[in-house]
Amino acid sequence: MKNIGKFLTMRERPLAWAQLSHQKTRMAVAMGGIAFANVLIFMQLGFVNLFAGGATVLPENLRGNLFVMNPESKYISANTFDRTLLYQAAAFEGIVSAEPLYIGIGNWAYNKEQISYNTRVFAYNPKIKIFDLPEVNRQQLNLSEPFTFLFDRLSRPELGPIPEQIETKSSASAFLNNRQVSVRGLFSLGSSFFLGDGNVVTSDSTYAEIFGTAALNNVAVGIIHVRPGTDLVALKQGIQKHVPGLEALTYKELKEKELKYQDENPTSVIFGFGAAMGFVVGVAIVYQVLYSDVSDHLSEYATLKAIGYSGRSLLLVIFQEAALLAVLGYIPGFIATIGMYRLLTVLTRLELLMQWDLALSVFLLTLLMCLLSAAIASNKLHSADPADVF
Amino acid sequence: MSVLPTIQIQNLNHSFGKGNLEKPVLVDINLEIYPGEIIILTGPSGSGKTTLLTLIGALRSTQSGSLKILDRELHGASSKQLVKTRSQIGFIFQSHNLLKSLTAWENVTMPLKLQPQMKNRKALAIEILNLVGLGDRTHYYPDNLSGGQKQRVAIARALVANPQLILADEPTAALDSHSGREVVQIMQNLAKERGCTILMVTHDNRILDVANRIIHMEDGCLIS
Repeated sequence: MKNIGKFLTMRERPLAWAQLSHQKTRMAVAMGGIAFANVLIFMQLGFVNLFAGGATVLPENLRGNLFVMNPESKYISANTFDRTLLYQAAAFEGIVSAEPLYIGIGNWAYNKEQISYNTRVFAYNPKIKIFDLPEVNRQQLNLSEPFTFLFDRLSRPELGPIPEQIETKSSASAFLNNRQVSVRGLFSLGSSFFLGDGNVVTSDSTYAEIFGTAALNNVAVGIIHVRPGTDLVALKQGIQKHVPGLEALTYKELKEKELKYQDENPTSVIFGFGAAMGFVVGVAIVYQVLYSDVSDHLSEYATLKAIGYSGRSLLLVIFQEAALLAVLGYIPGFIATIGMYRLLTVLTRLELLMQWDLALSVFLLTLLMCLLSAAIASNKLHSADPADVF
Repeated sequence: MSVLPTIQIQNLNHSFGKGNLEKPVLVDINLEIYPGEIIILTGPSGSGKTTLLTLIGALRSTQSGSLKILDRELHGASSKQLVKTRSQIGFIFQSHNLLKSLTAWENVTMPLKLQPQMKNRKALAIEILNLVGLGDRTHYYPDNLSGGQKQRVAIARALVANPQLILADEPTAALDSHSGREVVQIMQNLAKERGCTILMVTHDNRILDVANRIIHMEDGCLIS
């Protein structure tokens, strides 16, 4: 073990660095390959995060103690339930309020000549607060006026220059399902693959005008507030037992349900598979480079063995080369990824962000990738026979 | 003689292949070499010179008989002990076998790095490069040195850790007569100065005069 430290502690250039940097082209190829694999992994994992992040945007911005849904619903608003069930649930001891949140898909067009886009319409009684969005809570009393809306400024730009108009004129008009509506304020919820093109918020009465009165029977989520000190678990079990056709979820369970749906969703699997492919590509490239490095230097390594170097200390050189390559390849890969993320954010309005935990996990993957390649390539080292050097 | 021999070989046999294909390469070798001696080993190719050299150099495991190097028995030694023995021997190869990615002085420090506690390796390396006449080439890469210069770097590498034993395999084979002579002269001077033993395999008749003793080998047997 004493020998292991010798390459690290000496003042001369480490042998691993000398061997790597002596062949600049080969090192550049290796760095490029690792950077390429990095970008692949970063993109795919970025997409996975985007999906998972998009999935929890809605539940994270709801405010309530318990949430009731149709038990068959795999995610919020996949299935709806009858409003009368919510009233039955509201009778339980400890409940202060049980309010329905309606979620519908409408066709939004900025003016009649434009193509319409699918937009999610959130509707509820504007006298109570169900969102954890200060902008919505502050402005929602305006929604009591018929056909007025709040508009998500993070909606896709195709939905019209509504944010700009609100800033200048404080109101804008558009069409929802061919009915003229008026936008009176903005909020930020965010769009993603998952949330669709855009989001608008309106009152339950406007919702009934546009989607028909019958739409008020189909509740997406019932939002329950309880008196402080109420046993949520007991309440949840009571509701599920006595009101068949309802599933009650705590805030945490609601988020988990959305994430679980995302994890089981084929898209996550596909992107995860893409990331794995990137990893394999990286292993293949680094292996190629390290293998040819060992082959080319085989007589040199045999010489080192002959003058008293142990097989293990030479193995360490290969692993050091791999670790160096991991660091050197990661840097351009990281920089390229930031550029790609920006480009995609501009192109798609989907917010791809470099997160520290993602950066760290990709770095660790890169290190693993290089060390794995080194482990395969170092088999070749055994064929360096010191008896052959004479 | 009361001095311990650097190399002590008794009834050493070695063969390659197995079963019907077994072919003896070394037959009943007995040899003692004492500190400070310069021994030249000659003989036709295939006579077993190189095999003997690799055995003495702890590069191969001993099959039968006794082989003591620097008072350490190599027959039955573990691979760890073999590695340790190698680190106490200076090797000079037919082709210089320098590391292309390292400069002359960095190449020379390689054996010193086996002793992690050693300081000023660079100063030692440059000092010995001066002794072999390459003081002005210390920062050159092997590709930028001539054959003779490379072999002189290899000699510096073999000698830098002050080994008691130097094994050389045709060190002049790749060199012209002038630089070959020069290289052997350097080896002889440094060995004398430092009191180390040299065992050299060579075909080169022009350098036989540096030897204290010449040993001839034929068909795996030593002929004095």
